[in-house]
Amino acid sequence: MKRKLQSITFRINTVAAIAVILVIWQTVSALGIVPGYMLPSPVEVFWAFVREFPLLMENSRVTLLEALIGLLCGVGVGFVMAVLMDRFEALYQAFYPLVVLTQTIPTVAIAPLLVLWFGYEMMPKIILIIIATFFPITVGVLEGFRSADKDTMNLLRSMGATKFQIFRYVKLPGAMGQFFSSLRISAAYSVVGAVISEWLGGFSGLGVYMTRVKKAFAFDKMFAVIFLISFISLLLMKLVDYMQKKCMPWEDGNHE
Amino acid sequence: MSELVVKNVSKSFDNRKIIQDINITLHDGELVCLLGMSGGGKTTLFNVISGLTVPDEGEVFLDGEEITGKPGKISYMLQKDLLLPYRTIEDNVALPLLIKGMKKKEARASVAAYFQEFGLEGTEKKYPRQLSGGMRQRAALMRTYMFSRNVALLDEPFSALDTITKGSMHKWYLNIMEQIRLSTLFITHDIDEAVLLSDRIYLLTGSPGEITHEIVIKEPKPRKGDFNLTEEFLAYKRRILERIGEP
Repeated sequence: MKRKLQSITFRINTVAAIAVILVIWQTVSALGIVPGYMLPSPVEVFWAFVREFPLLMENSRVTLLEALIGLLCGVGVGFVMAVLMDRFEALYQAFYPLVVLTQTIPTVAIAPLLVLWFGYEMMPKIILIIIATFFPITVGVLEGFRSADKDTMNLLRSMGATKFQIFRYVKLPGAMGQFFSSLRISAAYSVVGAVISEWLGGFSGLGVYMTRVKKAFAFDKMFAVIFLISFISLLLMKLVDYMQKKCMPWEDGNHE
Repeated sequence: MSELVVKNVSKSFDNRKIIQDINITLHDGELVCLLGMSGGGKTTLFNVISGLTVPDEGEVFLDGEEITGKPGKISYMLQKDLLLPYRTIEDNVALPLLIKGMKKKEARASVAAYFQEFGLEGTEKKYPRQLSGGMRQRAALMRTYMFSRNVALLDEPFSALDTITKGSMHKWYLNIMEQIRLSTLFITHDIDEAVLLSDRIYLLTGSPGEITHEIVIKEPKPRKGDFNLTEEFLAYKRRILERIGEP
């Protein structure tokens, strides 16, 4: 009960902070402190959003599709890599540093290359998202596997469990918490990755829409699409939270 | 007909001898305590018996079959319950059966009958963290029993519990042992616990650890709850203390 109350107060505070920021922003725009063509007021942004709604939805559909396909593949790749690196120490030693190295290359830097290699269709975008999303999964899940309790694994060994059984009963379920934490990050990356790859070439999607409105100096539409993108990311992260709750019922009310 | 024999077992780690020439016999239905101080090589011996560690010298036999360095024959229970937090109690105690290749449904059905006996009825669908420490240890013992109806190793199973819970666990334990008659090798550093529960006590002392004495507790079973308040109990305790003092 107390916990619920705390969570409600927390929400109220968050909402209040957002409201204050919006009010300040609106005031600044209304008083003309910052010229309207550079910073549209929140109300203008809202109306831009309403006017452009069908177009935004149409483009969101494309971006979201890319993000989901990319995320799914990225999670698959990341997970398989974690499993293999956990199972074979040599693979871990050989590839872990390389995997870390891939993350030092900025996504924006390889996106043009991918466009040159794979064209303007979906392919380069999905590859970019895979590159952006597999890493958190690999690192998180591998960490989960490696932190499996030694005593528990020994106990299962004493019962005659095979390596696979130890994986199945101890390591895999034990890494689920880390998996979902990583998935939350990867879900956010997937949307950002999709938008960035669309900037650099494509026919539709929120990134393409963004470059178009940028060229028209339509700041209100620009803000509208920025809010939409962050909203989509937030939605995906919430979806991951929901999935985690459903998949890990034993965690329920853990903080009581 | 289950007898565990440990014969001349020695083991070193990093050129340091941990246990030396250990001989233990555990007869059918017997409860034998291995009493020793912390760091005396109890856990090493334990790993040897369960097959997780291969000894430098010596052998382990179960019912005449050599099982040295072969896990999967004798399971154990530790101070930590080691219940898997993401499995219900029912699925935790059924785990040894799943490992042996039984189907999930079958395994659940075969553990169901024992919940009553172990005083765990109503906890089937609960997760370990919803249970008290004492109840979790009961579940851990039940899991050990599901693995093998013959021999079990218990490594300080009750030492993490508070005194009151420990007392009630001892009563519960003596009671359940009457019913299931599981041959048990029980490791502890608690003299009271050793005298209260066991038929025989081995004293493991020194470094490297050696078995220096064997003491038979003649008090008949089932033992009364106040056995640990009697003169006989104190006499046993005094004998053990003397022997630990001058090995």
